[in-house]
Amino acid sequence: MANVLVYAETRGSALRKVALEAVSAARSLADSTGGGEVHALVAGAAGVAAAAAQLGAHGADVVLTAESPALASFAREAIAATLAERARQGSYRAVVLGFSAQGRDLGPRVAAKLDAPIAADVVAIEAAGDALSVKHPGYANKVILTLAISGAPVVLSVRPGAFGATESPRSARTENVQLSADPGAERVTVKEVVEGAKGRPDLGEAEVIVAGGRGLKAAENFALVEALADAFGNAAVGATRAVTDDGWRPHSDQIGQTGRQVSPRLYVALGISGAIQHLAGMRTSGTIVAVNKDKDAPIFKVADYGIVGDVLEVLPALTAAVAAARSAGH
Amino acid sequence: MGVSTVKIAVCIKRTPDSESRFRIAASGATIDESGLKFDIDDFAGYAVEAALQINEKSGGGETVVLAVGPDTVQESLRKAMSMGADRAVQLKADAVPADGLAVARALAAELTSGGFDLVLFGKHAFDTSAGVVGTATAELLGLPCVTAVSQLDVANGRGSARRELEGAAELVEFPLPAVVTIDEGVARPRYPSLKGIMAAKKKPLETKPAQLGPVRVTVQKAELPPERAAGRIVGEGAAAVPELVRLLQTEAKVL
Ligand SMILES: Cc1cc2nc3c(=O)[nH]c(=O)nc-3n(C[C@H](O)[C@H](O)[C@H](O)COP(=O)(O)OP(=O)(O)OC[C@H]3O[C@@H](n4cnc5c(N)ncnc54)[C@H](O)[C@@H]3O)c2cc1C
Ligand SMILES: Nc1ncnc2c1ncn2[C@@H]1O[C@H](COP(=O)(O)O)[C@@H](O)[C@H]1O
Repeated sequence: MANVLVYAETRGSALRKVALEAVSAARSLADSTGGGEVHALVAGAAGVAAAAAQLGAHGADVVLTAESPALASFAREAIAATLAERARQGSYRAVVLGFSAQGRDLGPRVAAKLDAPIAADVVAIEAAGDALSVKHPGYANKVILTLAISGAPVVLSVRPGAFGATESPRSARTENVQLSADPGAERVTVKEVVEGAKGRPDLGEAEVIVAGGRGLKAAENFALVEALADAFGNAAVGATRAVTDDGWRPHSDQIGQTGRQVSPRLYVALGISGAIQHLAGMRTSGTIVAVNKDKDAPIFKVADYGIVGDVLEVLPALTAAVAAARSAGH
Repeated sequence: MGVSTVKIAVCIKRTPDSESRFRIAASGATIDESGLKFDIDDFAGYAVEAALQINEKSGGGETVVLAVGPDTVQESLRKAMSMGADRAVQLKADAVPADGLAVARALAAELTSGGFDLVLFGKHAFDTSAGVVGTATAELLGLPCVTAVSQLDVANGRGSARRELEGAAELVEFPLPAVVTIDEGVARPRYPSLKGIMAAKKKPLETKPAQLGPVRVTVQKAELPPERAAGRIVGEGAAAVPELVRLLQTEAKVL
């Protein structure tokens, strides 16, 4: 029997989707190694105990809560210290985090503190007895690596969206834990958080992404892309590097090898050529639609459906048709 | 305002050109490297550029580049020196392990007595796509660490940086010495000048054994992902929109 420790990350006081996915991944790891417990740490400024039911529903046996007003901004050092301390006390097989901005930052810290091997951005976990192996897309998603990891505990960060948030209900016990370091004494201090687009989901969590490239011709024309995102309901807006380089959109919107790696159910590429570095960030999307005036654009090689034409002419028609289809469906 | 000078270390990896078409080697556990072009990894290249710009601005300081790996990494170290780095250290290993903590151990062992104000890394390397080595090294050195930085300034013993998060950005401050991992946005790497290339030949490149410690993560298998099935052109212009929407509803079932 081997227990698994999870970092269940929050934004504001709400659990993030990747937190539930990490708990689900931990649940199946614990089950496949003889049915250990899943312990999920949730840390925040206030009200984190409310997360317990949701974590329990996804397979957590114990919810460890840490509250402090100083956790209002991300206290990387205090959280890493707390996770490592807890991992040292229990006999955990693994520490599981999301491969999100927070998890990317915490995972290697925890691994180094524990002198534990780490595998990042994992899309599958296989445990057989003492042997653990994971799948991880390397080379910007161009080569799938199977990594063998020896030792315990191991630190694993799971790719958002790769493990479903599967229900596996149990009534989790809640336990308060002391933070192992003062979150008010972080050496790296957050001066300001600049919020991105209001009212849109994060690119990593969006079911639908509409992305624009240089074919949109001007920053103003992104209003048409925004309108299509609105028509889909809860869509996020992305961009190519050509667009972020020109300052039409912020760098945080960039999708690709040096931007965000996304895998929505639907990806709509508008005026995007489909350079290999862009494809590296979105080729694992469920369905890909492309609109480009050049019928030989490489984006059409990965697109399930393509329209050859002027994106500025197609966009208003597409927005109207999507809005109509959605309102008819309701 | 008095500008203090800083001593900067940049850890660089040598990786294959990301535009390459990859094939799997006969062993099934690695890519076939024949015919591939290798260079300083993209994010590590941004880190080199960031270091050079910081020291150019202050008009002093030192930039040292380090790489763990076989002798082929010397080419990347020389290139960084031709861009302007002052000296280089190769931490020699037969191969770079897939275990990021082992690489971090070797780098930390070398960096610990170096007296660096700033240690820069790429956000992640192209081949591992992991983003482990920089942060793990910081932890081993006991230094503050700021990850995924898209803007970086240092002055008077402190650093300030912008980090790109998911749908937001964070502006942070930190004391030096510190470790920073560099995202895109800081600076595109310059091309070495002819003068730089000549000068680099005379710059010191020291080689020492890498103290990797135990390697506990190994690549068992490497595979190419399945190709996407060929799609189709639905039609031309706005006239094709109704058919596209119909397919999204009935065939792809995403609408
Ligand atoms: C190290 C490195 C990292 C990189 N990382 C990334 C990354 O993370 N993300 C990324 O996106 N790129 C990245 N790039 C850049 C990438 O190589 C391409 O340059 C970029 O993706 C091109 O963006 P684009 O498709 O918007 O522009 P373009 O390549 O200029 O394509 C514009 C497209 O729009 C079409 N078009 C023009 N007018 C119209 C119209 N009226 N209607 C319809 N279509 C029209 C054209 O036919 C063309 O296909 C990277 C490059 C390097 C070297
Ligand atoms: N073998 C190496 N030698 C020197 N630096 C490295 C090496 N491997 C990784 N790094 C650094 O660590 C960063 C992150 O690598 P990774 O954790 O493998 O994604 C890279 O961008 C480099 O700055």
